[in-house]
Amino acid sequence: MHRESRPISFYVLAAFFGLFVLFLYGPLSAVFILSFQGPQGGLTFPLNGVSLRWFQNLFETQAVGNFGASFGRSFALGLMVMTATVLVSLLAGLAFRRRFVGASPLFYLTVASLVVPSIIVSLGIGVLFQQIGWRPAWFTSAYGAHLTWTLPFGVLIMFAVFNRFSPSYEEAARDLGASSWQTFYHVVLPMIAPSLIGVGLFGFSLSYDEFARTLMTSGSSNTLPLEIYGMTTNVTTPVLYALGTVTTLFSFLVIMVTLGAILIVNRRRARA
Amino acid sequence: MNNLLTRATPYLQATPLLLILGFFLAIPILLLLVVSFWDYDFAGMYPDFVTFNYAETLGSWVTWKTYGNTLKFAAIVWAITAFLGFWVAYFLAFHVKTATMQMVLFLVCTVPFLTSNIIRMISWIPVLGRNGLVNSGLVGAGVIDQPIEWLLYSDFAVILAMVHLYTLFMVTPIFNTMMRIDKSLVEAARDAGARDWQIIWNVILPLAKPGIAIGTIFVVTLVMADFSTVQVMSGGQSASVALMMRNQMSLLQYPAAAANAIVLLVLVLSMVAGILRIVDIRKEL
Repeated sequence: MHRESRPISFYVLAAFFGLFVLFLYGPLSAVFILSFQGPQGGLTFPLNGVSLRWFQNLFETQAVGNFGASFGRSFALGLMVMTATVLVSLLAGLAFRRRFVGASPLFYLTVASLVVPSIIVSLGIGVLFQQIGWRPAWFTSAYGAHLTWTLPFGVLIMFAVFNRFSPSYEEAARDLGASSWQTFYHVVLPMIAPSLIGVGLFGFSLSYDEFARTLMTSGSSNTLPLEIYGMTTNVTTPVLYALGTVTTLFSFLVIMVTLGAILIVNRRRARA
Repeated sequence: MNNLLTRATPYLQATPLLLILGFFLAIPILLLLVVSFWDYDFAGMYPDFVTFNYAETLGSWVTWKTYGNTLKFAAIVWAITAFLGFWVAYFLAFHVKTATMQMVLFLVCTVPFLTSNIIRMISWIPVLGRNGLVNSGLVGAGVIDQPIEWLLYSDFAVILAMVHLYTLFMVTPIFNTMMRIDKSLVEAARDAGARDWQIIWNVILPLAKPGIAIGTIFVVTLVMADFSTVQVMSGGQSASVALMMRNQMSLLQYPAAAANAIVLLVLVLSMVAGILRIVDIRKEL
């Protein structure tokens, strides 16, 4: 690299990157702006005045199905998936640090979970519950379906984290007389905490937005993505955009809180 | 006693993962394999051993056309995302100087991917629609007289939305491998007189191949499994294998959908196995 001045290629690539970011965010900002459409306005530009009417519309239950209840379900399911993903991935990550019979098949089962088309998982779990005679519900069958998507991410992240984790810290702790639980709790856990928070964010977000895996597994009550998908075919007012703005802002909030938590944990560790 | 416990530990730690993936992934897929040989009518499905679900699926030209269409989407979306992913990752890894700036720009790319796919899909409607931003811009500038009809509800819209949804799955693994390329290799190539494009072609591209391979696995499997993007963005005018399955499912033709699922699964898994021959994932993590 030239240290003195940036080459022309830098500016070309920077412009390319800028266009890429515009491509990512441009359409989202169109939705954001149009959700403030005036009462007479439609689904496209121009803005016909500015109002909060479509946000109000969102909270009137009759107008667009039950947005509040499906949001509640998605939120609860996201938290359940997040908790299970963090715990199970952490345990599996610890297991993969040692040799055990069946480690390789289990690893490939995890990778398979990532690549098996989501609609096949959805159909398979739906048929399984039907054959056993259990009623599918968002907190049973859809919960399991979401875990088949979030766990491989969690396990692979933990796998990568422990690949870079030097065992000398644990040896030092053990030499100083720490029990294996003390070593884990006081040495390993603080060091991997930021990654665990990241796994939690993945678990929550992937579940909160998951659609295809929920399709055959959520039973009689909708999660939020199913509700939104239903709206795309039969709602023709900007209330759709208002819902999009609200859920996107909620996702942003979750990401910000997580990043904040990671920063705090890192800072505390730096001070200690 | 203590020794026994130590040896049992990894098994106990791996058990939750095995149980969850066993019950919610392995058993359902085995069950689909069984069900794909069952008989069915409008009222239900019946244990049997018939092969006509496969015969019907594989014998119909609609199926072949749908598979062809899905593979076409996969190939085009793969080519575009690989191009975008390579250059975005290259810019972040080799042209952005400070680690903080790299992380910030990478997060800027990541954030939209943690929001709802369906919202990101419908966000193209006000941009591409008949009275959308692109059309009104072009008409206003006098470039065209009539709004372009094929921007929305077309294969073009499907591909654009898929690229929008799935590019990060290409950027992240390529960025990850590029960050691990030893910068002194680039310096050495430059000292030896290599030009920029020679460094990219002969040094960086070969070393970034594992990342490209992992990104390819993600993008190809996501496109092959997609039905919502195809349905929404083509306005029901285009087809994909998963969408065909979805229609069979809504008609309660589960054995037919199961047969389709098995065919699709075999196709996807053999594509992934082919890519895994090139790259060892465990080394790349």
